[in-house]
Amino acid sequence: MTVVTQKMNMIEAINSALDNMLTRDPDIVLLGEDIGFFGGVFRATAGLQKKHGKTRVFDTPISECGIIGAAVGMAAYGLRPVPEIQFADYIYPGLDQLVSEAARLRYRSANDFICPMTVRSPFGGGIFGGQTHSQSPESLFTHVCGIKTVIPSNPYDAKGLLIAAIEDNDPVVFFEPKRIYNGPFSGFYDRPVEPWSKHAGSDVPQDYYRIELGKAATVREGEALTILTYGTMVHVCVAVVMETGIDAEVIDLRTLLPLDIETVEASVKKTGRCMVVHEATRTSGFGAELAALVQERCFYHLEAPVERVTGFDTPYPHSLEWAYFPGPVRITRAMQKLIQE
Amino acid sequence: MVKTKTNLPPLRLHIPEPKFRPGDEADFSDVVVPEIDEIARPDEGSAPAAIQNLAFGLIRVLDNNGNATGSWNPGLEPDQLRLMLSNMMLTRAFDDRMFRAQRQGKTSFYMKCTGEEATSVATAMALASDDMCFPSYRQQGILITRGYPLVKMMNQIYSNRADHLKGRQLPIMYSAPDHSFFSISGNLATQYPQAVGWAMASASRGDTRISACWCGEGSTAEGDFHSAMTFAAVYNTPVILQVVNNQWAISSFSGIAGGERTTFAARGLGYGIASLRVDGNDPLAVYAAMRWAADRARTNNGPTFIEYFTYRAEGHSTSDDPEAYRAAKEFEKWPLGDPVGRLKQHLIRIGEWSEEQHDAQAAELTDLVKKTQKEAEANGILGHGLHQPFESMFDDVFEHLPWHLKEQVEQVLEEQEAKFGPDWEPR
Repeated sequence: MTVVTQKMNMIEAINSALDNMLTRDPDIVLLGEDIGFFGGVFRATAGLQKKHGKTRVFDTPISECGIIGAAVGMAAYGLRPVPEIQFADYIYPGLDQLVSEAARLRYRSANDFICPMTVRSPFGGGIFGGQTHSQSPESLFTHVCGIKTVIPSNPYDAKGLLIAAIEDNDPVVFFEPKRIYNGPFSGFYDRPVEPWSKHAGSDVPQDYYRIELGKAATVREGEALTILTYGTMVHVCVAVVMETGIDAEVIDLRTLLPLDIETVEASVKKTGRCMVVHEATRTSGFGAELAALVQERCFYHLEAPVERVTGFDTPYPHSLEWAYFPGPVRITRAMQKLIQE
Repeated sequence: MVKTKTNLPPLRLHIPEPKFRPGDEADFSDVVVPEIDEIARPDEGSAPAAIQNLAFGLIRVLDNNGNATGSWNPGLEPDQLRLMLSNMMLTRAFDDRMFRAQRQGKTSFYMKCTGEEATSVATAMALASDDMCFPSYRQQGILITRGYPLVKMMNQIYSNRADHLKGRQLPIMYSAPDHSFFSISGNLATQYPQAVGWAMASASRGDTRISACWCGEGSTAEGDFHSAMTFAAVYNTPVILQVVNNQWAISSFSGIAGGERTTFAARGLGYGIASLRVDGNDPLAVYAAMRWAADRARTNNGPTFIEYFTYRAEGHSTSDDPEAYRAAKEFEKWPLGDPVGRLKQHLIRIGEWSEEQHDAQAAELTDLVKKTQKEAEANGILGHGLHQPFESMFDDVFEHLPWHLKEQVEQVLEEQEAKFGPDWEPR
């Protein structure tokens, strides 16, 4: 069977995944602010209400607690809800429903009730969104037992991972890096924006396919050091590696929890040097978990301390966005330090 | 820091205070108990705006002499009335026994619903058995009414080896999908938006089942409550949202939740939801209100919000002493009496019951609970032995164990062997 692919950006790939799944599974329902007739502020659900009907794709009141809470109830009924939280920064009013309810339902009821819900939410900065439209709260969710956390970095992965997340019988938080919705981002913010069409990850099958959760992708093979990263930072790291000529191996984690520890371990043992890169704030970020795992498992292979390259421990500043962002300068300096040790 | 202008009075912060504290003589003479049928029962399809006065009245059926009268009288057959009485009496006997078991050190925690039995028993009887219930932590009467085995409730309370929740949940946090009873959360009012979501799902599928949820008056202050009310109204959801106003949230009187300003039922009005205020200690009024709301939901006339005006006769749980924060004997002075006593009085009044039958039934139910308790205790009690395998702690965090939990399983098994030796088995 030939696979028909099409050039898609991230938004189109996510829309395609949702469309495929709404068609395949009558239990799937999409709900969120502005997602119905309008198709979402980022257009991820464009056309889906018209095609699949109002009772399956609909607008909600501005209440993240209500959105997630209602979705938990829908899941208890037997549906497979896919709520959208318009910005990850807005997820906090729904946190109790996610952390205390969705994540704990299977456990507390010993499998009487489950919550096969996928919460989609645009996250991350680099779009001049200020502190309330730029945050990366992934480590809040990796810290909660019972939730899976997935972050794609290109259209192909976004579709395959989203389908796997929707089909998963546990709650999944699916963070979409909004800086790369329309094109990969090198981190050189003063250069022209590239479209997705030049990136291999933009060839996306029109039909259903899955990318298994918990599997990382080695985006670039290298010998000098290992970079562990995800989302927008995958592209920034690759661009910096190309620019500096340092032979780094770049691993796109894709799923933070469950983490693909085998790929991480094998790479770090091979290179002997490790750097973790994320846009989120540094202290207690997911990089801290990665650094701890690497030292627990690869200590005797390490030639240098694990480097962390992250956003600063401040709210995301509006005008100084690029000074906050862990861009090429911060990454290059950390790589040089790491290989000189 | 403080800025004052001489021509303006200083501002004052109001901190609500209950009328009676320990040492005071409780006096409820200011509680308004309207006449039966002061507001007659409207049609189930009435527009919320046309029946707003029901949020400020008090739906009653049983008068002080035990007569059932008025337009809300559900006209139940004597057999149904006796069943209702027996369910409430069984709930009370169960509570007394399990409270005592906690005091005897057989479990960590218990919560009674004494005085509030009607709000779960009569409501469950008015619903269809497959309507989905999203209870708070004081609706054990639903399970009892729906015939859930008492021994399973006790096994859960004891976290013993027969506890189907594998000893994971605090006592009384039951889960019973086969009895359309949702897993209870310890976080307050979270079940409210969930019940709405369940009903939205049911409606979107063209199902005929409705859902119902319960919370206390204190929890109406939670954001979840207001999100749920908004969603219920927006989608005209077939859900019944109930507040058991038992006057006390642990040590905080209802005024701390806003009860000084208006009735709790009135909260529904701003959402455009049909809102009823009901004598929660009148089992027939509770039944009638729930029946009205269920019929309304079932015919696509939307949600109903119900306040049951009742009184928490005992402490919040086994962990608090009500004598430390409220006047003694408040329940005895409660102007709306006791739901068990009132239904008993009614049955006797209509010649379908007697004191002798009542005493005999009470003794019989107490024996049944005691006998069941022995059966449950044969499966173990909390703290006497370890009832679940160590590794069971990792089951059901996810559908499948990820690698990091598998590693932790190994670790806990090593710890177990270090402590108990290689041949250890749970008992």
